[in-house]
Amino acid sequence: MTLTKVLPDGLDTFPKLLARNAVQWANLPAYREKEYGIWQSWTWSQVSEEVNALAMGYVALGLNEGDHVAIIGRNRPYLYWAMLAAQAAGAIPVPLYQDANAEEMAYVLEHSGARFVIAEDQEQVDKVLEIKDQTPAVEQIIYFDKRGMRKYDHTNLNAYADVQAEGRAGHSRLEPVLTERQAKQDENSTCVMLYTSGTTGKPKGVVLSNTNIIASSISSSEFDTLTTNDSVLAYLPMAWVGDFIFSIGQSCWTGFCVACPESPETMQADLREIGPSYFFAPPRFFEGLLTTVMIRIEDASKMKRWLFHKYMDHAKRVGPDLLDGKPVSFGDRLKYRIGDLLIYGPLKNTLGLSKVRVGYTAGEAIGPEIFEFYRALGINLKQLYGQTEASVFITQQPDGEVRADTVGVPSPGVEIRIADNGEVLYRSLGTFVEYYKNPKSTAETKDAEGWVATGDAGFIEESSGHLRIIDRAKDVGKMADGSMFAPKFVENKLKFYPNILEAVVFGDGRDNCTAFINIDLGAVGNWAERNNVAYTSYQDLAAHPEVYGAIQAHIEEVNTSVAKDSMLSGCQISRFLVLHKELDADDGEMTRTRKVRRKVVGEKYADLIGALYDGSSKIATETEVTYEDGRKGFIKATLELRDVKMVAA
Amino acid sequence: MSDAETYVTADGRTIGPPIMEMRDITLKFGGVTAISNISFDIREGEIRAIIGPNGAGKSSMLNVINGFYHPQEGEIWFRGKKRKPMKPYQIAQQGIARTFQNIALFKGMSTLDNIMTGRFTHMKTNIFWQALWKGPAEREEVENREIVEKVIDFLEIQAIRKTPVGALPYGLQKRVELGRALAAQPKLLLLDEPMAGMNVEEKEDMSRFILDVNDEFGTTIALIEHDMGVVMDISDRVVVLDYGKKIGDGTPDEVINNQDVIDAYLGVSHD
Repeated sequence: MTLTKVLPDGLDTFPKLLARNAVQWANLPAYREKEYGIWQSWTWSQVSEEVNALAMGYVALGLNEGDHVAIIGRNRPYLYWAMLAAQAAGAIPVPLYQDANAEEMAYVLEHSGARFVIAEDQEQVDKVLEIKDQTPAVEQIIYFDKRGMRKYDHTNLNAYADVQAEGRAGHSRLEPVLTERQAKQDENSTCVMLYTSGTTGKPKGVVLSNTNIIASSISSSEFDTLTTNDSVLAYLPMAWVGDFIFSIGQSCWTGFCVACPESPETMQADLREIGPSYFFAPPRFFEGLLTTVMIRIEDASKMKRWLFHKYMDHAKRVGPDLLDGKPVSFGDRLKYRIGDLLIYGPLKNTLGLSKVRVGYTAGEAIGPEIFEFYRALGINLKQLYGQTEASVFITQQPDGEVRADTVGVPSPGVEIRIADNGEVLYRSLGTFVEYYKNPKSTAETKDAEGWVATGDAGFIEESSGHLRIIDRAKDVGKMADGSMFAPKFVENKLKFYPNILEAVVFGDGRDNCTAFINIDLGAVGNWAERNNVAYTSYQDLAAHPEVYGAIQAHIEEVNTSVAKDSMLSGCQISRFLVLHKELDADDGEMTRTRKVRRKVVGEKYADLIGALYDGSSKIATETEVTYEDGRKGFIKATLELRDVKMVAA
Repeated sequence: MSDAETYVTADGRTIGPPIMEMRDITLKFGGVTAISNISFDIREGEIRAIIGPNGAGKSSMLNVINGFYHPQEGEIWFRGKKRKPMKPYQIAQQGIARTFQNIALFKGMSTLDNIMTGRFTHMKTNIFWQALWKGPAEREEVENREIVEKVIDFLEIQAIRKTPVGALPYGLQKRVELGRALAAQPKLLLLDEPMAGMNVEEKEDMSRFILDVNDEFGTTIALIEHDMGVVMDISDRVVVLDYGKKIGDGTPDEVINNQDVIDAYLGVSHD
């Protein structure tokens, strides 16, 4: 696709956007962070000064044009500035997942050839130093938090504040360099490189241009009419494309304020204090929040419990209609208002979602009950479908057309087409440039006309024009009898039960389906407490006969529901087991964004899958686990396997 | 260890001359001699461990240092001066803070308020200003709150700032207690079994914090601890007590090879 000039003049790179904001919104807050218990704010003009000082410091340290600058840490204003500063100095920011282990980090650093690494604190610096031998290209490390860093050899190690000070000191010498480098940038220059989480194989570096990011930010901001008055809480990994779009792209375009939590543990409290108007969270977050609410209601007094259920039933009946502006009778409206006063309002306030004007969930399918719960409360929660290669947006749900089972209509400027094999293809201004140093994958994913294969199988519903996603295209298979096998379809239904944290369904090329289940320790643990069931560990609770009974009941319900789908009725589950450990990203069983790596799980637990199909009722197994600090250990367990009733289609 | 007044450790910390000296301390409770004729010193900037089997007199020693017990014999020298018998609060004012073996926090109060009590000795305004709230009292509250918030940040307990400490797990309560002692910005920090009852991970965290306190603020630390692994890992010098007597004193390596210490820990008949 040839690129003609698509971005507004003078606003086609981030340094230019920042310069505009520093004048246009000089005194409006751009970033906030809670530190020492107080929300600290920086205005756009302050941010611009900080970013330029850091950019000049980079240049003084020897950063070249076109270099990659790796950024590792949790969401902090300083690290967002580090990315903006990299762009201001003509380099390309590459944010990394902060919880990546040394090996994963080594791959990305080595692959991107980053010469500069910006690390948040001692922990991240240690990781970078640990893999020094595998990443010879790394020359300078800049750290933000000075704690514990005093005794390190500072030959190639610099404090963030010192780099800025150097930049400020060399102002007259360095500023012309920045100006010169920025003059060369335009809408086709690379804006950022983001590594995909990689459910299969090694992560790929997705190169996104200024057009990709800025055009997507403009159209999505307009879609939801975002303004300077909006606010967001930045708590999702900085390495994820969504965070880059929300916290840098849309924020720089519309000028709204990005707030960073005090620490990962205080996120919920900070959410409540900030009360964002624009909020994004993966389904997992909403599921977890709902589970917490339900647990606390179970523990509440009888009166409160009664009130909650009475009004929630009403909200579920009329809440979504009210939100969509459909006609609702006067009596129901009145009752909803009373409920709002007594239950919905205080609950939303406690959850920190009172002010949410636009809320999105994406990444995975969300349970209809969960989705309806939040909409019933009057929170405008919508779904969107996107990926890194599209600069997030492929489809999203417009106000008034929100449903749990679709992902919405194509986002503005996006074309969608379904390939012959059922795979969803799209084309837009957000479409990525290439995979870094990987022309083969680029060619496989993006064709000559710019159509990108999503890897997801889906179809466009004729009645509404909404897109529906069935499963990952490569996961969709055939059962032995030739009927369609879509594991995710069944897994999602299972995961909608609060007791089930994760499920992995097998059955490709076999006679029937089987499943691994991970219980949710929070929900099941609370149940155990209330019912006087004693347990010592996750493993112990997972193997409890009553827990097995509960899970079995859930699966039977799912089977009934699956049986109703004419296309997928063969995907009913015949046997299952509850795993003795939680699937974990540290063990490589999941990606850092917590998607199951089906192949890894299949190989690692081959013995268990074998047992699911050979009819045995028990199996002894031993599994290697990796602790957070990289040490390894083994856990042994004897697992029970159970048969489940299936329903005739 | 060098005998020089000041030396630098292998990891780059400067250890100064003794900040506190115990000279021939004897402490008796009626007919029971808890501590008998013990002398040792604590140098500025070091981590000094006091170890010994149960009933060896470790906690009594700590109580002597912070003025809760008054020894019948012997002298205590602190920062170059001989110390008169003092009340515990006077000793707190001198810059000595401690934590307790059995957590001694205000269970109904929040983490923040508990740590704020550590600033008590630094608050100067009288009850009149405090009641009026405006003016000097407000200014003082803000100053002290800032110090407390830095402690909270240092110990990474922001998430439990407003939680009543009674509702916290044991390991976190221990951390809050350390926070309260730190809030006093002590010259000498006494820790009475900071890791008792903790799991491995909590012990590692606590060790990290103790080392960081010593490293970042240069605080001198004297600690009692049962976990030998921890003691050997983090302390500069160790004094070993048994039945109220000192049986060893030196670097961890010296102490671990001392026959009396081995006997005391493995148990031999006392004749």
